[in-house]
Amino acid sequence: MNLGISATEFVSQAKEGAISVEEFVAQTLERIKKTDEKIHAFITVDSQNALEKAKAIDKKIKSKEKTGICFGMPISIKDNICTAGLKTTCASKMLENFVAPYDATVTARLKSEDAIIVGKVNLDEFAMGSTTEFSYFGATKNPWNAEYVPGGSSGGSGASVAALECLASLGSDTGGSVRSPASFCSVVGLKPTYGLISRYGLVSYANSIEQVGPVAKTVEDVAFLLNIISGHDTHDNTTANNAHVDYTKDLKSGISGKKIGIISQMIGDGIDKDVASATTSAVSKLQDLGAECIPISLDAVEHSVAAYYTIASAEASSNLSRYDNLRYGFDFSTEGYEFKAFVSKARSHFGPEVTRRMLLGAFVLSAGYYGKYYLKAQKVRTMIKAQLDEAFKKVDYLISPTMPILPFKIGEKIDDPLKLYLTDINTVTANLSGIPAISVPFSMSSSGLPIGIQLFANSFKEKELLQAAHALQETTTLPEMSQ
Amino acid sequence: MTRIGLEIHCQLTKLASKLFCSCKAEYRNLEPNSNICPVCAGLPGSLPMLNKKAVEKAAMISLALGCKIPEKIGFFRKNYFYPDLPKNFQITQYNAYGPTSIGSDGKMEIEGKEIRIRRIQLEEDPGRLVYEGTSEKTMITLVDYNRAGTPLVEIVTEPDFETPKQVRVFLNVLADLVENIGVSDPYLEGAMRVDGNISEGDGNRVEIKNVGSFSDVEKALHFEITRQQSLVERGITVLAETRHWDEARRITVSSRSKEEEQDYRYLPEADIPIVLIGNQSIEQIKTQMPESIVARKERYITKYGMPAQVATVLSSDKFYSDLFDKSHNEKNAKEVSNIITTDLMGFADTREKKLELKITPKHISDLADSILANKLTRNSGKLALQEMVKTGKALVDVISSLDLGHVSDAGSIEKIIDEVFKEEEKAVAEAKQNPDTINYLVGKVMRKTKGKADPATTLDILRKKLSS
Repeated sequence: MNLGISATEFVSQAKEGAISVEEFVAQTLERIKKTDEKIHAFITVDSQNALEKAKAIDKKIKSKEKTGICFGMPISIKDNICTAGLKTTCASKMLENFVAPYDATVTARLKSEDAIIVGKVNLDEFAMGSTTEFSYFGATKNPWNAEYVPGGSSGGSGASVAALECLASLGSDTGGSVRSPASFCSVVGLKPTYGLISRYGLVSYANSIEQVGPVAKTVEDVAFLLNIISGHDTHDNTTANNAHVDYTKDLKSGISGKKIGIISQMIGDGIDKDVASATTSAVSKLQDLGAECIPISLDAVEHSVAAYYTIASAEASSNLSRYDNLRYGFDFSTEGYEFKAFVSKARSHFGPEVTRRMLLGAFVLSAGYYGKYYLKAQKVRTMIKAQLDEAFKKVDYLISPTMPILPFKIGEKIDDPLKLYLTDINTVTANLSGIPAISVPFSMSSSGLPIGIQLFANSFKEKELLQAAHALQETTTLPEMSQ
Repeated sequence: MTRIGLEIHCQLTKLASKLFCSCKAEYRNLEPNSNICPVCAGLPGSLPMLNKKAVEKAAMISLALGCKIPEKIGFFRKNYFYPDLPKNFQITQYNAYGPTSIGSDGKMEIEGKEIRIRRIQLEEDPGRLVYEGTSEKTMITLVDYNRAGTPLVEIVTEPDFETPKQVRVFLNVLADLVENIGVSDPYLEGAMRVDGNISEGDGNRVEIKNVGSFSDVEKALHFEITRQQSLVERGITVLAETRHWDEARRITVSSRSKEEEQDYRYLPEADIPIVLIGNQSIEQIKTQMPESIVARKERYITKYGMPAQVATVLSSDKFYSDLFDKSHNEKNAKEVSNIITTDLMGFADTREKKLELKITPKHISDLADSILANKLTRNSGKLALQEMVKTGKALVDVISSLDLGHVSDAGSIEKIIDEVFKEEEKAVAEAKQNPDTINYLVGKVMRKTKGKADPATTLDILRKKLSS
């Protein structure tokens, strides 16, 4: 059985009874057992439940009962998205034993379409990081070379899809957390427009900029998942009504006659030479398809990383205050503690990156500093949005490499937060402005490491964005993961 | 000069659900921690959904207090660690970066004095802490989150009060006002909570918290004024601090916590987008607001000729003025107002007693009509009312079961007078000599008829008989 097929191929075969869902899921679980020892994408694997569901779905298909459109597709879910009855740890000791009593809206929608959740996947603690090294349960490794980082924070999502441990995954993207692992693991990852997908059940890190995003092998798969998980939700005030757009329709419309802006600030200093030449090559392939590519300068991008870390940290310091270990958390007796002493002792169990950002966030929000840092960062955000609005008057899409550098070795940058933060330079712009962006696997470096190309479109233009991403995908030939 | 300002927290008890979820807004008398959901318990991943009705009700309070309502309102997070706060931040409103709270710059007049309202904000109530155990060693703190997320409106005044009495009057008027516009039942336990701040001359401001009732607010302020004045007299500086009202000892006590120094690190609440209010919705909210207490009083005086005192009493009590409005017609309005203000209000002066009343508008209007038609004396009317209030029976049934029907035909009264004359020979003789003692005989007749005889007819016949 070929575990390397795409999610949509799986659906069409399962629908016709050409493959047994139970057998596919069993092999997937077998694959997880074998592969995950090496790459450690999963925090929790839900084998028994997955197999039972698969059996039930096979039965439904055979008896021609109405079956959800996922037909038992095995998926993984980032461990900061709530799944009723299954632990949601956020890769933190603070939520080591937390079982949400409810499903996130995205989880519920996938379940109701008969997707099978095989397990919960690894991330940087509370999604803070870009390498998946900052997990309480240990780092995830890049399936293409286990000495390298898989990107992050949705490293478990990227790695589990690339390693054929599931057909698709849900990650979350606050500053590039879906696109970075998509790029480093050679899979497709979408950060949708802020408000397109419900955040209900996504554990908040920086709630004004983050979105749940699908990760899969192909652009078709991402469009398929987006159809299921997007749209208005009565549990999330910030969701928009997308009027049930069918993202899979007209996916192959091509990009002939479209205008694409190449963001100058994202291909300049500090960019890896393999990444640079891949970008040039991607641009020329798009031109071959009839697109017109022009350089575009967005100088506010230069301040984007600083603005991003100010805003994200500020929101994190507030969002993570609830973890005081009084209502849920890890075993820790209150005996002998006053309230404040207990809370500060309990909260000393956060990992180093989370602690760093909470302190930074508390500082920028404190009296006398709010205007100096937080408000200034919000101004940068407004500036970026204004420059993008201008740009989208001239072009349909923007393009850049997803990551300025190739995947690096585990441990290489862990002690240098500033260097790590700077690798987000190409991704945070989409979060600060709310616009959608997608990472498409484009090529492999001379050292055999994946390179992804990022495309942006204006807010709620996911349909057009996916069309361009599909066109780019069709120009590539990439190695297959060995089974 | 004494300057007093108030911060009043008023729960919107008339709403069905909490401010950000669908749990019940009425949390009282429930099993602890049974009225909670992932949202109000602040579970990871949960998001607040703004209750639009709460915004409308808060806007009504703002309008009633003459406040400006901005085009757009927004919410902020007030961050601090406390066990009654499930998220360790409170979702509230904040005006430091521009007015985004539901109301600002209002005023209310009491006893000819204008009290300025600084701002009105909509926010969530925290949970409740319950202390158990007798000594410090056995003491445990329990948390009940049933109240967490209950919609709360905070009303902040300028320090415009000069006396505790003014504060008391203001609070009573405010309580009547929120009850009248149908946003809150201020007499429910904990529904209206008051903190005061107070300063003497140019002295420091002292905050007083933890005051349980309006009358205690007055007492606490009195105590605090005396305390500050005696410090000033002795040349001691009044410290800027928070003090708690100790109900048992009837004094204010310094609370050691340095709450003033706390930095709440306010942050816009991105989970709740800016709410556009705009003139159109304000106009719509205005149409939903009931007649104000002042307008109602005016109507009672001009339309029905009610004495000002009666009109004031009736209009400021929502329960009774609603009952009046539903019971009266043009002919019996004055009688209805009499029945309500002199008799009914005496029977039921507390919230609990009002709830137990089995009276309907029909009872009241039937009663007024019978009295006006001379079918029932006022005395019998009072007895009938007492019975209707208890049983809810119709007036006709009460009249027959208690035998209250009016005896006004001269024949029956004369018969009774004859009986009285036989029994009271001495008094009859006396009355013939001295007409002033006639009332004794009227009383006897009334006793025999259980108050049903028409007093005028009785007197008439008595006089005739005595002079014959």
